[in-house]
Amino acid sequence: MRHTIAVLVENEFGVLSRVVGLFSGRGFNIDSLTVAPTNDESLSRITLVTRGDEQIIEQITKQLNKLIDVIKVIDFEAENAIEREMVLVKVSAEDQSRAEVLRIADIFRAKVIDVTPKSYTLEATGTPAKVSAMVELLRPLGLKELVSTGPVVIGRGSKGWRG
Amino acid sequence: MKMSGARIVLECLKREGVDTIFGYPGGTVINLYDELFSFKEIRHILPRHEQAGVHAADGYARATGKVGVALATSGPGATNTITGIATAYMDSIPMVILTGQVPTALIGNDAFQEADIIGITRPCTKHNFLVKDVKELATIMKKAFYIARTGRPGPVLVDLPKDIQIAQCEFHYPETVDIRGYKPTVEGHPKQVEKAVAMIKEAKKPVIYVGGGVILGNAAEELTALARRLAIPVTTTLMGLGSFPEDDPQSLGLLGMHGTYYANMAVSNCDVLIAVGARFDDRVTGKIAAFAPHAKIVHIDVDPTSIKKNVRVDLPIVGDVREVLAQMLKMVKAQDTAAAKEKLSPWTAEIANWKEKHPISYRQTGSTIKPQYVIQRLRALSDPDAIVATDVGQHQMWTAQFFGFTSPRTLLSSGGLGTMGYGLPAAMGAQAAFPDRQVIVVCGDGGFQMNMQELATMVQNRLNVKIVILNNNFLGMVRQWQELFFDKRYSSTCLELPIDFIKLAEAFGATGLRATKVDEVDEVIRKGFETKGPVLMEFKVAREEKVLPMVPAGASLTEMVLAS
Repeated sequence: MRHTIAVLVENEFGVLSRVVGLFSGRGFNIDSLTVAPTNDESLSRITLVTRGDEQIIEQITKQLNKLIDVIKVIDFEAENAIEREMVLVKVSAEDQSRAEVLRIADIFRAKVIDVTPKSYTLEATGTPAKVSAMVELLRPLGLKELVSTGPVVIGRGSKGWRG
Repeated sequence: MKMSGARIVLECLKREGVDTIFGYPGGTVINLYDELFSFKEIRHILPRHEQAGVHAADGYARATGKVGVALATSGPGATNTITGIATAYMDSIPMVILTGQVPTALIGNDAFQEADIIGITRPCTKHNFLVKDVKELATIMKKAFYIARTGRPGPVLVDLPKDIQIAQCEFHYPETVDIRGYKPTVEGHPKQVEKAVAMIKEAKKPVIYVGGGVILGNAAEELTALARRLAIPVTTTLMGLGSFPEDDPQSLGLLGMHGTYYANMAVSNCDVLIAVGARFDDRVTGKIAAFAPHAKIVHIDVDPTSIKKNVRVDLPIVGDVREVLAQMLKMVKAQDTAAAKEKLSPWTAEIANWKEKHPISYRQTGSTIKPQYVIQRLRALSDPDAIVATDVGQHQMWTAQFFGFTSPRTLLSSGGLGTMGYGLPAAMGAQAAFPDRQVIVVCGDGGFQMNMQELATMVQNRLNVKIVILNNNFLGMVRQWQELFFDKRYSSTCLELPIDFIKLAEAFGATGLRATKVDEVDEVIRKGFETKGPVLMEFKVAREEKVLPMVPAGASLTEMVLAS
């Protein structure tokens, strides 16, 4: 099962390596990981996507909580969370495919952020499913480069993570 | 009052009640050593290798329950501490390790004797700190001790750059610390505790399985009281030995790979297994799918990650084991004992039958000394409160099987990491803590050679450890595996070179004694115990004796190779 987990950590040097080291040391998967400071400057927020059965996910959250610098771990359930990622895609666009790239971009509400006679670079934001659907449609046209932020996630409703 | 960072470190140690540290000087801790020169409240013991210094601090911590402290310089001094730190981490030993570091401005520069010890020790410490500002030093020291001894204890490393030791600052030691990401659970959830007691009372075939957490959590008294009040048989892991008196009829001794037949049978047939401060290590469970197959499992542990890590658990209780056991005791009345005994009598009889059928045994025939015999004679001839350290290997298992531990903190052994070379320095640390108690270390001839330089430390500091070497001239445990599973191909396990251990001891200024025949054993032990100063007693033992019973790796606990 795929899980998106938010980890609030002390905004200090070395904390990210504690989190990453935990995953590599214990053989847990990381599909993606993104990290940045939060509105509270003393905290950073890591969003990571991992996979595993119930027992593994339970171990992951417990092991994360055990780290001294981890303040809170939130294992989001899909229905209570809003997940978004952003991709930048450089795709070949020559002759007849130029129009096709733009059509796809339009359908997914992607922005053209760079253009050359041979390529378009698109920016798209959305759920991981939407973004990957777009990428799959662009793939046959010739993907030159793809960069993704990995998902970030926030809970639904009026309450912040502190409750 | 302003003082240097180096002085602040020592003042912090003093306020944490540290009376002894084990350390090795070097370029980046020279300022600390300069302060130490005139700081009389702390005894400094100089080992001959930093690894031994950390093991000694570990032995000190295990024997006393206090936080052990070791000190090393940067670079190679720091990297030499790793095995000691990893040993303590695996067995959850409260320790603070102080390392020197190159000056802050040089960090990352590949400076002389620089090592990224924070990066290196991240996976083998409970936490670590690099001090970047002398103003934070006192708070970091306070946090280090707090983290090391609370919750599931463990080693904490504090890396001290040289310029931080020199820098001056007002010293103020905080009374308390608050770490928002670290709040260990102490009390067990009352409903869970209630359910556990009900489940235990209903059990027809209960077994208590005790790990090192009961010793670390100072809960042996509560554990013993609860077990006796409910007449439940008790088996312990290597780390749990001493938490329940082995001379009690309810004791099943050790379980697992080299556990007793009856402990392994009891666990394999029980209907409720109460795990207390234990973590279901593979050496304990054998094949996990066949472990306690008929049992509902109650698991009490301070560390939530231990629960459901390896086995399914029916009733988890997170909390300090002593607190939780005390909570349980309140729900069990003294008058419950008679009823419990009555109800469990068929189970007790079944266990008694197993005990009779396959007691823990060996055969002493002829004049060649059997290693198990030496262990039994050590028990018979040593002080009742003697502390016994072991190294790792066959002798360690024989000590666990045959010594008969009756009180906590009397066995010091590297269980989780299985560190050869641990025993001698650990015994040294325990002797530093208890100069008037008898401290014995049982070693093999292999492990002894891994830290034998510490004979110098012992003689110099009057750490009068009684060293027992069970010499079979083999790396015996691996040899045993080669005999059983590799067709007797003894690849690199014969140590070949016969070392004169007596001369070796004498070269360091210690006493050396040797027994080669069984009728010399008592005399050597007696003389060794009577002789002042460190004594090395070498016993030439049966070379190919095996540790039995044995559950082959990956087999279930019922598939034991038994002593014939």
